[in-house]
Amino acid sequence: MSATKSTEIRSIEVPALARVEGEGGLYIGVKGGKINQIKVNIYEPPRFFEGFLRGRSLYEVPDITARICGICPVAYQMSSVNALEAAQGVKITPPIRALRRLLYCAEYIESHALHIYLLQAPDLLGQESAISLAEVAPEVVTKALRMKKVGNALLRVIGGRSVHPVSTTVGGFYRWPEKAALEALLPELEWSAQAAVDEVRWAAGLAYPEFEVDAEYVATRHPDEYGVLEGRVVSSTGLDIPPSEFDRHYLEEHVAHCNSLHSHTQAGNSYMVGPLARFNLNHGQLGKTSQSLIKELKIQFPIRNPFKALLARSFELVDAYEDAVRLIREYRPEGPSRILFDPKPGEGSGVSEAPRGLLFHKYTVGAGGLIEKARIVPPTSQNYARMEADLWKFAPTVIAKPHEEATLACEHLIRSYDPCISCSVHFVRWVNEDTV
Amino acid sequence: MPAPCKPTVAVFKFSSCDGCQLQLLNMEDELLALAGAVEIANFLEARRRVLPGPYDIALVEGSVSTPHEAETIKKIRGEAKLLIAIGACATAGGIQALRNRADADEYARHVYPHPEYLHYLPKATPISAHVKVDLELYGCPVNKEEVLEAVTALLQDRKPNLPQHSVCLECKRNGTVCVMVAKGMLCLGPVTRSGCGAICPANGRGCYGCFGPQPGVDLKTLVPTLRAMEKDPREAARLLSHVSGFAPAFANAAEEILAEEKKQ
Ligand code: SF4
Ligand code: SF4
Ligand code: SF4
Repeated sequence: MSATKSTEIRSIEVPALARVEGEGGLYIGVKGGKINQIKVNIYEPPRFFEGFLRGRSLYEVPDITARICGICPVAYQMSSVNALEAAQGVKITPPIRALRRLLYCAEYIESHALHIYLLQAPDLLGQESAISLAEVAPEVVTKALRMKKVGNALLRVIGGRSVHPVSTTVGGFYRWPEKAALEALLPELEWSAQAAVDEVRWAAGLAYPEFEVDAEYVATRHPDEYGVLEGRVVSSTGLDIPPSEFDRHYLEEHVAHCNSLHSHTQAGNSYMVGPLARFNLNHGQLGKTSQSLIKELKIQFPIRNPFKALLARSFELVDAYEDAVRLIREYRPEGPSRILFDPKPGEGSGVSEAPRGLLFHKYTVGAGGLIEKARIVPPTSQNYARMEADLWKFAPTVIAKPHEEATLACEHLIRSYDPCISCSVHFVRWVNEDTV
Repeated sequence: MPAPCKPTVAVFKFSSCDGCQLQLLNMEDELLALAGAVEIANFLEARRRVLPGPYDIALVEGSVSTPHEAETIKKIRGEAKLLIAIGACATAGGIQALRNRADADEYARHVYPHPEYLHYLPKATPISAHVKVDLELYGCPVNKEEVLEAVTALLQDRKPNLPQHSVCLECKRNGTVCVMVAKGMLCLGPVTRSGCGAICPANGRGCYGCFGPQPGVDLKTLVPTLRAMEKDPREAARLLSHVSGFAPAFANAAEEILAEEKKQ
């Protein structure tokens, strides 16, 4: 690393963007003192899921797609079952749906608590990681770990384990979890719900980098609840479509520098999915506690600062705990835990909101219930174009700062998207082409 | 800088879903104690700071599926006193290895509009196919207690105490009614290494072998049973070709079934 004066435009190489899931890089080229190239470069190896789903039974799909991402396996399972149930014309019962929502709450708790405190907050608190944060502020990390733990515990009760739970199937669950085991988690969930409220106030007071962009937000919307489990696809430009039309409006492109496909709107624009998109579009449907916090903290919508995704996550966390408590209290495992059906040929699309954004699946099922075609559009590939667009605006504002600071700021911007690269970023490079 | 006196642990990722690394972060009760007891020298999912090798222990997640990965693993081996492969990807190729029996180029064409942009190897292989591995921990994901036991044992210079029996035994211990006997479901529990607590049967479904074959297991008796249980014996072959499907015992059995099918 070269030590340089802050006024020079330097050739900088920094080894790794950390605290994201998966592998990739960020390349920022500088020429004549100006940024001339920005590429989010995903070198996460191609993993061919759509390829090897072909010829598998539809019942195997939720187990296989879960392995796309260890941090949000439930989202992959849910988008899969939504799409396959649409393909099969299977209608699940209200108790099954309620349990799916509870399982999803557990994943939001585990994933959001992880991202807020262990992955993004260290950036805002001047720490390189939660491990170093724990040295200066152990109470923050200890509390965060406790808040996260109950999410994993809930995942275990419903699905056997927290990473790649085993209870979900097309049509419902292999069995109902025990009410007593769920109820045993109530005290910890209630404690966490209160802790999460305090954390929203804390999150609202953090010193986010000053930066605002105009982005098109896209999220799932449901008529009766904050869109997570299923719904239509809506955008801040007024689009409102069923999942089956998603791939007519949002197109994926394969660019040379990246193993992940990049998504665009039909008009060729970038767009944002994820907590900020959901919060901006659907905040009115969050629960009562969130509503009063929105008023108390005088939150103005839309929030146009991508770094504030952390704030959106902390609101969603409040809701996830509250919803989990409610769903456990109301839990009635009545009727079959699983709707049985005879697999038949058909096609279906489904969406759900992974903690990091909208996740679209589409399957063509052939004879004997075997998959003929699969298409999966993960949230991170939808956000890449948006990350690059943000960087075009953000990088020039920090490029004159000392190298470490500038790099960290750009990394932080990417990190605020909670990119799930396994479903992508370890390399930030600023290259001065004048000196290459 | 003085050499750190705490043992150094580094965590590396290859082709994987990050789930096994997440199991480390999921040690909510032990994480801070662990971070205090060892120097976490490299763990990109958790921390930005990276210390150079050598490392006392390297934990490796994921399979080797690109030319770049095949190079990197050799470098890591050179820097690690002990190398532990964690999870089905690292020990058996994992879910990526589902493509090993097919044509990867065809898959690439199916998934990516410009397969020429991609760099990958024709097969996804376990870490042991490339370098010497000192210890393998199985599962998809790996069991975090096993990771903790392995790391503690190795640092104390003793043999880690890891389960060697099959999932079936775990069912009996849990008092789970056998789904194969009671419900006629296909189950790989009799031939799968335990470590998960037999959670699939406890959830009312058969085991799909995510911890891989039990050591020294013979599938000769189970395979005919599985084949006889389903109208379409390919069901059994698919079950064997799951996240640990590239482990030789499972791969061979699946191939046998498919070959048998072709004959008929
Ligand atoms: S073994 Fe399973 S959980 Fe671990 S990295 Fe591979 S796919 Fe993920
Ligand atoms: S359910 Fe499977 S693992 Fe359990 S006892 Fe039966 S065969 Fe064995
Ligand atoms: S029962 Fe089998 S498939 Fe299920 S978690 Fe255990 S080893 Fe994996």
